[in-house]
Order: sequence, then C-alpha cells, then structure tokens
Amino acid sequence: MDQFIQQFLTGLSIGSILLLVAIGLSIIYGAMGIINLAHGEFVMLGAYAAWFLQVQFGMGLLTSLVPIFLLVAAFGWLIERFVLSFLNNRPLDTILATWGVGIMLQQAVRLTAGGELRYVKMPEALSNSTDILGVQISLYRVFLLVASLVLFAATWLLMNRTTVGMKLRAIIQDRSVAASFGVNARRIYGLTFAYGAGLAGLAGALVSPLKSVSPEMGTGYVIDAFMVVVLGGVQSLVGTVASAFILGELSGVIAFLQNDTVAKAIVLLAIVVLIRFRPQGMFATRVRA
Amino acid sequence: MLADRAHREGFFVFEQGMEMKLTRRQLLRNTAAFGAFASTGFPHIWIKNADLASAAAGEIKVGVLFSLTGTTAIIEESLNKATLLAIEEINAAGGIKGMKIVPVVEDPASDPATFADKARKLVVGDKCVSVFGSYTSASRKAVLPVFERQNNLYWYPTLYEGRECSKNVIYTGAVPNQQQDEFIPWLINKFGKKFYLIGSNYIYPKEENNYCKKLLQKHGGEVVAEEYVPLGHSEFSSVINKFKSTQPNVIFSTVVGDSVVALHRQYHAAGLDPEKMPMASLTTSENEIAAMGGEAAAGHFTSAPYFMVFQSPENEKFVAAYKKRWGADKVTHFVSEACYFQIHLFKQAVEKLAVSDITPPNIRDAVKGQETLAPQGKVRIEPENLHTWLWPKIAQAQSDGQFKILVQAKNWLKPLPYAAYPGQVCSEKGLVVQN
Repeated sequence: MDQFIQQFLTGLSIGSILLLVAIGLSIIYGAMGIINLAHGEFVMLGAYAAWFLQVQFGMGLLTSLVPIFLLVAAFGWLIERFVLSFLNNRPLDTILATWGVGIMLQQAVRLTAGGELRYVKMPEALSNSTDILGVQISLYRVFLLVASLVLFAATWLLMNRTTVGMKLRAIIQDRSVAASFGVNARRIYGLTFAYGAGLAGLAGALVSPLKSVSPEMGTGYVIDAFMVVVLGGVQSLVGTVASAFILGELSGVIAFLQNDTVAKAIVLLAIVVLIRFRPQGMFATRVRA
Repeated sequence: MLADRAHREGFFVFEQGMEMKLTRRQLLRNTAAFGAFASTGFPHIWIKNADLASAAAGEIKVGVLFSLTGTTAIIEESLNKATLLAIEEINAAGGIKGMKIVPVVEDPASDPATFADKARKLVVGDKCVSVFGSYTSASRKAVLPVFERQNNLYWYPTLYEGRECSKNVIYTGAVPNQQQDEFIPWLINKFGKKFYLIGSNYIYPKEENNYCKKLLQKHGGEVVAEEYVPLGHSEFSSVINKFKSTQPNVIFSTVVGDSVVALHRQYHAAGLDPEKMPMASLTTSENEIAAMGGEAAAGHFTSAPYFMVFQSPENEKFVAAYKKRWGADKVTHFVSEACYFQIHLFKQAVEKLAVSDITPPNIRDAVKGQETLAPQGKVRIEPENLHTWLWPKIAQAQSDGQFKILVQAKNWLKPLPYAAYPGQVCSEKGLVVQN
C-alpha cells in the first residue's frame, strides 16, 4: 500500500512538472496556432534568470519568481512583435523562425553566461522532505505540484473570466470578425505570446533546483511539452492538465516496474497510437467554425 | 475559418494554399541560410595557419578537438581550456626545441559525425602531427578510422570503458581496473555487500558495470538491481522509489552529464541519507558538484586518479595557472588534468626526435614508457597498450564543493583495458586472444 501511494505521488509530481512546462506552450499553440519551437529556450531563460538573480543580487528563488515572469514575458513580447507578427498565417516560416530564435538564444546564453552547468539554490524551507499518508516525499515536489495547479487556475481565470481572455477567445474563433468588432488582434496576440513565454520562464525557474541548468536544457522540455499538448487536445486547458497527469503517472509507473528507457518508449508509442485514432487529442473543444 | 480549423485539427496541418506560398526558391533560401548558420556556429578561439603546412617552418601543428557547442560542450569546454593552457605554458617557456606548438582548434559540436569530419580536416588538411580530443566514447569511436587510416595519433584524456587496443590512440584517462579495483572492496567493507547499479544507457556504463559485477562476485558482493536511464534523463523519482524499496548498501552510479546533477539533487530532496546509502560514482567530478551544489553532493564518493584538492607542488601550480588563465571560479577535474599532462608527454616525446623525424608514428614510438610529473603524481605511458599508469584515489564530496581524499594508492596502477575479459590482452602487436 505504501508503495502504491509512493508511486501515485511520484506520478503526480512528474505530472506537475510536465504541466508547468506545457501550460505556456498550450496557450501559445492553442490560441495562436504557433508551433513555438523556442519554448524550451524560454524555459531555459527562466532558469538562467533565476541563477543570475541569485548570483548577482542574492535573491532567493521565491522572491525572484515575479521578476523572472516579467523578464521572460517581456522577451516573448519582443519576439512576437518583431519576428512572429510578420509571419501571420505562415506556419512553416513560423516554425523555422522560432527554431532559429531558439538556437540563437542557446548560443547567446552560452557566450554570455558560459557553457558550464549552473546551480540554482533550493529555498531553505522547502529543501527537506515530509510525510504524506505515511510515505516520504520531497517538500519541494509538493510545492511544485501546488504551483502548477495555481498557475493553471490563474490561466483558466485569465482566459475565461477577463476581458483580455474573452477577446482572445473571440480572435481564436474568427480573427476578422473579432477585428471588425474593434478587437485589436495584434495587441492581444502580443500579450498572449508574452504570457505564454512568461509561464515558460516560471517553469524553468521552478524546476531548476531539482534538475540541471545548461544552455541546452530546453530541448528535452519542449518535446515533453508538445507531447502533453498534443495528447490533451489543442485549445483545451483542461485537456493539458489531464494529459500531463496521465503521462506523469504512466511514465512513473512504467519506470518503476521496468526502467526509464522503456517508459519513454512505451509512453511515446501510446501517444502515437492514440493520435492515430483520435487526432484531435483527448479533449477537443468544439468550436463553431 | 479554414486556418483556425487547421490549427485545431492537428500538429502539422497547414492552411490550404500553403504549398503555393512556399516556393522552391524560398525553401532553398531558408535552408541555405539555416545551413550556413548551423555549420559556422559562433566564432571561438580560432588559430588559422593554412599557409604553414609543416613542422619545418619552426612550428609544430597539433589539432585540438573538443566540442565548444552542443550537449557535451558543458564539460568539453574545460578540456579545451586545459589543453590550451598547457600549450601556452610550453610555448612561453620556449616551445619544443625552439619550435612553437600551434594549436588548430576545431569545434565538432558534440556530434560524432562532425568529429570524424573535423578530424579528417586536421589530419589531412592541416597536417597536424597529433590531435588532442574527445570526451565521449562515441566521438572517439567515430574518429578512430580516420587516425588508423592516416596513421596519425589521437590523444584521448577521458576515463573510459577500456576494451580498445588501437595503435593510433594514446589513452591518458583511467580504465575500469584503475578506478574500481580498490574502490569496490573498500565500499563492501565500509557499507555492505548490496549494490544497486545505475547508469546512463550507453556503452561506457555497461562496460563499467560488467567489470563491477566481476569484482562484486570476487569479493562477495551482490547486485540488487542494474538499471540504465536515457542519456540526458532528468526525472529520477521512480529510480529513487526503487532505491527505497530495494534498500541497497551502495548505489554504484555511472550516470553521466547533466543527469548526474538531477540524480543528486533529487536524491537529496527526497531525504535519503548518504551515510546509509551512499552513491559511489566514477564520473562525478568537481565540475558536476559545482552545478548540483555542495549540499546535494556531500557524503557521496568518487574514485578517480585526480582531485582538485590533491596536494602536490605540480597540482598547486596547475590549479593556480588554470584559475589565473580562465577565471577564479573555475574548477579543475580528473579529465582536465589528463588534458594538461598529456601535452607535456607529447612535448617530451617530440623532444626525443630529430626535427625531420617528427611524424605521428615516431611520436607514438617515442612516447612509449615516457614519464612525467603530473598534478596527480608521476604517470607513465605503458608501452604495451599505450594506456597510462595512474594513481587511484577514493574521495568523499564535501558541502563546500570540494572532495576530501580518503584513500590514496601506495603504488601507481597498471592500465588493463581488457581486465573484464580474461584471455584477452592488448599488446604491442595489437589485441591478443588466448584460448
């Protein structure tokens, strides 16, 4: 029984990290249809921002979260404004452009911060482990789980309970009609992309104390994030959450019974099979078109 | 709207008319621009000397082949730095018989195929008499045919899995017997006989574990689990659950690269105790510890021929020079040390030759049996197999990010690249298989 609970909590924790990384991508891909291959680099920028603020200004991880969100969001806004907004409705060019931006970011970080792995300190109060239902689990992992759910809730509220969110949903349904009602699509797109980038930055900062910080760290995350978004169904935030936790539990359990190499292969295979029979993902939102 | 539906319905579904928009010229332009970008990379230390082709011009050209970009650049950058430092020191002291060593630095971008291309360029195009390079076994295997066909010489500084007997490679890193012979019995003695073997999923950890299992058998240890995670893996929570359920006495880790950092940090966060279940590693160096933080590293063990804290006049000089040249926050480790002393071995070998005789095969023959005072102690190239006699040490990581050396070998240890394969010996004539 202990082992079952232990494994269940582990799956939740893996899922929460997947969710953290995927939310930003889900917003950008779902709302704007942009396949953002630089997403992993936004994650990486967040982690490096955490490192930089810690080394230069001695800021703890928790206090630096807001500045990190703003920094990476501002950077995302610039990318949208000066690169992607010129490539509207050109998906292939957008993929190439975001890929290029990603490579440039990697190299820029390598040239400025150096190529070695960097260290981000875990908040003192969260560095121990705690007992939940009789099993030991890292406090920081519990914190990540809570953080991912909070970010999800905030994003959901933003999309469904604010004017900006409403305008965005209007644009998603029909950009030209929304524009004719006075919605400034360019502005909304810029804000959306900035928000998605900011979330990616937060994700990078939050996972950095458990993982390693290097210029290439984003590559792995972007693949995971795409798996989550594609499996969950584009445009469905709830789908993203569900698929993150399903993938987390699934890879956790298979890794426990077999090993991580097998887990990775089986999870990918499962996604491929599912996409074959349900290309829209598990939770497709129905929208009149 | 068509476009919106396309976005909703799948991953790579593009709008109608997409094919029309992407003309061939556009595609060519895009790919060409991208290709140029990818292959050029960024400028780095770049010493070009295409017009001076031979050693006769008072210069000795050598290749330096460590990745400055890509995944393993994290560690290979430091190898590049240690190599250049040694070359600069030798040149500053007058070079070799008055000739300067000219390093031709190439960036193989962490990609084995690029390693082979750049190696060919250095050997055939630049006519280097030796190339110093590689961190991963994959990249060494990729360049091997180039050096064997051209009969040139490759100097490989990394600890590796052994089981190789090339006459065109000088191996200055440790092989399994030099890291494990002392380590495994010591661990059994101190902590117990149940071992959990965890490694990254490729040849190096599998060969090391192969040898480890032989030693465990010999010394009465047992394997509770043997497991491999994908390269670059960073989620170890299920692995840690297995540590908890199998309760080994020692976790024998051959996990490499950034995975080491994730494994240690998650082990620490999960509240496991290094005093009861320490990780014993062959690959965790000062470099990785700087990235994981002292608190996650403290209490775990590493076996290697060199640690930054080792006290010897040569090491003090090396560490001081390295920090002065590359920055006070930089660390030296067991691979960068080998990068450093192998240049000195190269110098000694070339010094023995007449200027007209400086060719790769002659350098190889001259380096056989050469000894030098390296930071770790006196090392020697074994004439039989071109591997290096080294000084095994066992150390425990401390919370200040450095190691504390607990055990030092009383004698240097002969390299046995085929220790795990009884009946096979690497000799001067090549691999000998006795039945």
